[in-house]
Amino acid sequence: MANLSPANPSSASQGNYRPNTKTRENTGKIFRTACAIALGAGLFVLALLLVDVFQDGFLRMLQPGFFTDNASRFAERAGLRTALLGSIWLLVLLLLISVPIGVGAAVYLEEYASKNRLSQFIEINIANLAGVPSIVYGLLGLGIFNELFRLGPVLLSGALTLSLLVLPLIIVASREAIRAVPLSLRQASYGLGATKWQTVSNHVLPYAIPGIVTGVIISVSRAVGETAPLIVVGAVGYLTANPGVLRRFSALPIQIYDWISRPQADFTNTAAAGIIVLLVLLFVMNGTAIYIRNRFSTFR
Amino acid sequence: MQSTNHSSTAQATTVLEARNVNIYYGSFLAVKQINLDVFQNKITAFIGPSGCGKSTLLRAFNRLNDLVLGARVEGVIDYKGRNLYAPSIDPVEVRRQIGMVFQKPNPFPKSIYENIAFGARINGYQGDMDALVEQSLQKAALWNEVKDKLRESGLSLSGGQQQRLCIARAVAVQPDVILMDEPCSALDPISTLRIEELMQDLKEQYTIVIVTHNMQQASRVSDLTAFFNADASEGGKRSGYLVEYDRTEAIFSAPKQTSTQEYVSGRFG
Repeated sequence: MANLSPANPSSASQGNYRPNTKTRENTGKIFRTACAIALGAGLFVLALLLVDVFQDGFLRMLQPGFFTDNASRFAERAGLRTALLGSIWLLVLLLLISVPIGVGAAVYLEEYASKNRLSQFIEINIANLAGVPSIVYGLLGLGIFNELFRLGPVLLSGALTLSLLVLPLIIVASREAIRAVPLSLRQASYGLGATKWQTVSNHVLPYAIPGIVTGVIISVSRAVGETAPLIVVGAVGYLTANPGVLRRFSALPIQIYDWISRPQADFTNTAAAGIIVLLVLLFVMNGTAIYIRNRFSTFR
Repeated sequence: MQSTNHSSTAQATTVLEARNVNIYYGSFLAVKQINLDVFQNKITAFIGPSGCGKSTLLRAFNRLNDLVLGARVEGVIDYKGRNLYAPSIDPVEVRRQIGMVFQKPNPFPKSIYENIAFGARINGYQGDMDALVEQSLQKAALWNEVKDKLRESGLSLSGGQQQRLCIARAVAVQPDVILMDEPCSALDPISTLRIEELMQDLKEQYTIVIVTHNMQQASRVSDLTAFFNADASEGGKRSGYLVEYDRTEAIFSAPKQTSTQEYVSGRFG
């Protein structure tokens, strides 16, 4: 044993310890700065994008008719009515199709399925599906909904294709949320003589809802911004009639893509205006997610 | 192994009766060869070192172990003469009659009122819900503290109040037996004392089985005490067994087994 006397802690009496407090503190500061730079880089690029888009598109967006006009080959007369309606239709159908199926599948897998090799196999494959590129889902939708079911290049077919895309994401997020429900909560419920259904509907799902909603909105926002699978199933960038479930359709990202690819310089501003609308739509959706999450967790 | 001694309580009615009970988790034998009776309107304490299977046995009494993957009970556990593990018995019905209070207070993340009303509602209670809530909270000695904030979250209460809320919740479904799994281990001494006093009131109407690590608590609250111990079995895991079961005074003042003597005097465990 070295000298244990605490008479002078700063002297060489510390034996085998070299505290190096200064160096340790400095390492911490360096790490903190590095993290701040990482955050700054992200925010800077985002700000650049926003400034650029708003400069190009803000005035164009405010022009009368931008929201109410149909597509046009003249930039100053082109509006995004059909695209906006198409995106809203897609969003609603997407939620109606994918939420019940996705949450239902997650509840079954977590609460009812026996834990064996088959359920593990299914679990791994759902996780893998979440990583499949969206264009592949587009081709799948083209093969199944357009051709096999003979729906043709209509809005329903697009919504079904996007549902395929988001289902794995919703299932994975919902399972995580359900799995995070504490065992003590389930035990409390079963301990009072609740059945499985009573436990799931009264305690497990309400507790998991914030997580499920967050997962749903994040995956659905991704789908609303998707272009590739919609192009494959036949969305069009030039539509002059209102979309309907079994009619041809457009969508915001498709419209933006169409405008951007036109040679006339004026279409740049029109496209930028479309981007602003798309960003606002996503912003509203995420805001809704946060609102619902907070509302349902009042009692936490 | 030894025989259980309950000659001194022969006149009391047996509510729960375990005969040659073995409990497994998968292939692991957690508790072996338990023979033990629980008597009506008595408080029975289970004591013993960690990992001796007290909680496992407790959870077997209301079939809460059914929720654990791979848990399996051998032997017979009779509740008022009916085998709880007979195929015709529905665990949901068992759990209403044999309620449970857990180690960590676990109120539902809902209002105080809802915490009480939930159990009654799912069990088809037809009476006056407000009256039941008040009555249950009064039985748990919590009414005066929460009567003005029944709509607030159960989680807004202190730890001790939360545990009494859990007791009120268990009482609200009018069970016959209340199982308590270390109900005070997460509480401060004052809250602990309140719950111990409460248990004395509750045993007028209910049969209580309590698992506790606190030997003073066992000696203060219980009428009968069962001491469990665990032996190393194959694979390094330990199987719990019942060492001695008797009136609490006998266990603490004149135990028949050396290991009980050593445990209650604090020499191991």
